[in-house]
Amino acid sequence: MAVREEEADVVIVGGGPSGLAAATELRRLGAGRVIILDRDRQAGGIPRHCGHYPFGMREFHQMLRGPDYARRLAEQAQQAGVEIRTLCTVVKLHPGGLVEMTTPEGLARLRGKAVLLATGVRETSRAGRMIGGEKPGGILPTGALQGMVYLNGRRPFRRPVILGSELVSFSALLTCRHAGIRPLAMIEAGPRPVAYAPSRLLAMAMGVPFHANTRVEAILGRHRVEQVSLSGPKGTRVIETDGVIVTGGFRPEASLLTASHMDTDPRSGGPAIDQYGRLSDPAYFASGNVLRGVETAGWSWAEGKQVAHSIVASLDGKLAPREEALTIAIEGAIEGAPESAHDGDALKLVLPQVLVCGYRVMAAHRHLQLRLNRPARGRLILKQAGKVLTEKRIASRPERRILLALPEVFSVEDGELRLLFDEE
Amino acid sequence: MSDAGQESFDVAIVGAGVVGCALARQFTLDGARVAILEKAADVLDGASKGNSAILHTGFDAPEGSLEVQCMREGYRLYLEIHERLGLPLIRSGALVLAWNEAQQAELPGLIERAHANGVSNVGPLTRQEILDLEPHLSQGVTGGFRVPGEYLIDPWSAAHAYLLQAIENGARLYRGSEVLSGSRSGGRWHLETSSGRLSASLVINAAGLFGDIVDKRITGESWFTIRPRKGQFVVYDKPASALAGHILLPVPTKTTKGIVVCRTAFGNLLVGPTAEEQEDREHALLDTETMTALAAKAEEILPELRHHQVNAIYAGLRPATEEKDYRIRTDLAEDYICVGGIRSTGLSAALGIAAHVARLAARKDTPLESPVWPKMPMISEYGKRDWCEPGNGGIVCLCEMVTRREIDNALIGPLAACSMGGLKRRTRVTMGRCQGFYCSAELARITYGRLAEPMLAGDD
Ligand SMILES: Cc1cc2nc3c(=O)[nH]c(=O)nc-3n(C[C@H](O)[C@H](O)[C@H](O)COP(=O)(O)OP(=O)(O)OC[C@H]3O[C@@H](n4cnc5c(N)ncnc54)[C@H](O)[C@@H]3O)c2cc1C
Ligand SMILES: Cc1cc2nc3c(=O)[nH]c(=O)nc-3n(C[C@H](O)[C@H](O)[C@H](O)COP(=O)(O)OP(=O)(O)OC[C@H]3O[C@@H](n4cnc5c(N)ncnc54)[C@H](O)[C@@H]3O)c2cc1C
Repeated sequence: MAVREEEADVVIVGGGPSGLAAATELRRLGAGRVIILDRDRQAGGIPRHCGHYPFGMREFHQMLRGPDYARRLAEQAQQAGVEIRTLCTVVKLHPGGLVEMTTPEGLARLRGKAVLLATGVRETSRAGRMIGGEKPGGILPTGALQGMVYLNGRRPFRRPVILGSELVSFSALLTCRHAGIRPLAMIEAGPRPVAYAPSRLLAMAMGVPFHANTRVEAILGRHRVEQVSLSGPKGTRVIETDGVIVTGGFRPEASLLTASHMDTDPRSGGPAIDQYGRLSDPAYFASGNVLRGVETAGWSWAEGKQVAHSIVASLDGKLAPREEALTIAIEGAIEGAPESAHDGDALKLVLPQVLVCGYRVMAAHRHLQLRLNRPARGRLILKQAGKVLTEKRIASRPERRILLALPEVFSVEDGELRLLFDEE
Repeated sequence: MSDAGQESFDVAIVGAGVVGCALARQFTLDGARVAILEKAADVLDGASKGNSAILHTGFDAPEGSLEVQCMREGYRLYLEIHERLGLPLIRSGALVLAWNEAQQAELPGLIERAHANGVSNVGPLTRQEILDLEPHLSQGVTGGFRVPGEYLIDPWSAAHAYLLQAIENGARLYRGSEVLSGSRSGGRWHLETSSGRLSASLVINAAGLFGDIVDKRITGESWFTIRPRKGQFVVYDKPASALAGHILLPVPTKTTKGIVVCRTAFGNLLVGPTAEEQEDREHALLDTETMTALAAKAEEILPELRHHQVNAIYAGLRPATEEKDYRIRTDLAEDYICVGGIRSTGLSAALGIAAHVARLAARKDTPLESPVWPKMPMISEYGKRDWCEPGNGGIVCLCEMVTRREIDNALIGPLAACSMGGLKRRTRVTMGRCQGFYCSAELARITYGRLAEPMLAGDD
């Protein structure tokens, strides 16, 4: 059977807030045929599954629930003339902007002059965390819990424990409240909640005890979860429970990329981009959560909107060639030991990973975005040939967004860019 | 099965692990009326639930053992029938690798044993030859040899295919039917099960991890004791499979084949198993420390693995006994065969074991003239999958690319899945990197009211 092949000006893989924002903006900027491919039944991405607030402050200046927010973004894109194709799962990225996908009708190919990857994130599963014990039913990531509660209107368990204390963990708590599920405990391996302090009030208000410095040793039960055994400051103990919600530990949904010809960043697990959001194959761009662990929907939306400008400039041949990019080397990083909290290198994320010389005006990213994997303070310095290009003093908890303005100018001839985190 | 003594068969097989499934196929094709009794809600719920999925040649098995004989025959038979049944075969070959002088010294003996076991195309390789074959391998390797015939298969589809062929040619499968006791009268066996009674002229015990218990329940005694041996595994996400073409085997020790690193038929990279003795026959607990050590071991062998993610973990139990060899015996009682202790090679040997047991039984049935050959859905990453075909209903599980049509098909027919585990083994749904982040909700919707062991219990 011959595989269908079509063409478009811009192909967008993933119709979440970032992909939708980029598509809408591209049309406003006069791009021709813009097609969004999404594997889900409807466009909208993760917010579609989040039946809670707050979404939309940045975009619509009002507080919306996830599904309403997702619908509005999708409507905007449609009105702007974007073609949205759902139930299309992209399976392969070929050099030069040719994407291969599967649809209910079988395989198809779509060639874009530019392709934007906006495939979002997923949570690190129980398996990814290598939590011991058995494999009974009732162990769910937040994504699955939300789907069951908000999309199916069902309750997968009644008295679960929640692992993790990132923002999404509190989203899981809200979801439980909505469904009449009463979590027994929130369990965090670190000394305090990862999310901003006020979120902890939610747990208190719901009467859910917070266990810091605690690990799950094992999940037990043959068919359904029956117990979890915890080890914490007070030793080991067993809680009788009927479910485990495994939250957070976000990773870019970048399997397409890892299997492709393009460079990935071992630190973020996502693509290695330049300040235009461009990948090592310059036909490809990326924006939104696929670049990192997790950001808010508003941030991902804004990034999509900005990358649209870079894409248009690229189609007009106005961007400096990607081949001339300089990699940002991280001083003190231990080769081959990315993203581990124990190797002394506190930087979990540094984005973009490479810079080209060019017009900063068209850049989707005007800042280096950074994150730490543990609390730390000190000076961040971007240097070239011994010269300080930009610097900033920071004191940050893990998983917080840190921004460092990118330099106005630097030259390729001066060689390697070095980022130094001088910890105090 | 409900009316006492109503159902009567030529052969009753206790246990639907891979061995029971192969036995059911053999006796059915030979012309017998076969019943297969499985205590779990679905088949393959015992030792056959989790293994390394290697089709072994038997190159390193003890010379002259029954095990090596069954493996050789089972291997040959699998190659003969896999295409007709639509079963995958990944012709990876294996490398046995030495990492120090002591191991290096063992290699000639191992090669000799391979030759003695009839695996002749095995010869030594230099360190450089190995690194040329496997460029991602750690430089620390000192030498080894290649066993071209070691292959990878789909451990579940194979067993399902054997059983399905039995059923489509007349065998009866009873799930949720635990054999509780047996008695003899009128020259026949009468088996009492948790779901009713039946009678058979020949009973075969293929109860795997419960082999000794079933022996006792039926014949009143057992001649061996099961000593469960746990094997834990860590599975890396699909991109890691590019790091190893061959099955990477260590030099085996007296007690274990050691930690293997290999691809899976589903396109992942697997590391394991451990070999841990335990009493418990049912619960195979994973522990973080062991899994971390496995991952560290794998990263020693393939240093680039540290950039890859673990996306699944599991543990299996081997039905080991106090002896190494298979425990197959016909003289415990009249018309009774015990097929026990199929410890760590049963997937490879199953068809050979079945042929061997049929010869022991020496029944005079008339073989089926033109048996039905079912074709299994192809769920191997290396075969042509349903998502490439029109009319697939769309993808439900995005990581494993499982289509709606594949799920619907797995929920119907004579071997329909009746537990979540069974559905996973038939389709791979939720077994990928997100472990259900995206698809659990939809899956719950699709399977609602259709599984004997439902996916969700909070509402019920
Ligand atoms: C449980 C939870 C609660 C949250 N709550 C809030 C909140 O209250 N407020 C807030 O601001 N933010 C919240 N967030 C964060 C917010 O959802 C994300 O920042 C935002 O969705 C990111 O947008 P995105 O477009 O980058 O990715 P996503 O929204 O993840 O969209 C990615 C899209 O890509 C599609 N896709 C992926 N792979 C493929 C492929 N191969 N082929 C085709 N399509 C593909 C997916 O189907 C999906 O539609 C929450 C996140 C989670 C997980
Ligand atoms: C870690 C590990 C790795 C392995 N790797 C490989 C490999 O790479 N290659 C290979 O060839 N082999 C491998 N094996 C070996 C292989 O998996 C086993 O030899 C095989 O699964 C044994 O199958 P079985 O049918 O004998 O037992 P089981 O699969 O245990 O089947 C017995 C069945 O009997 C049922 N049963 C028990 N009692 C009763 C009762 N009273 N009434 C009714 N039903 C009952 C059980 O529920 C079960 O389903 C491995 C095994 C393990 C554990």
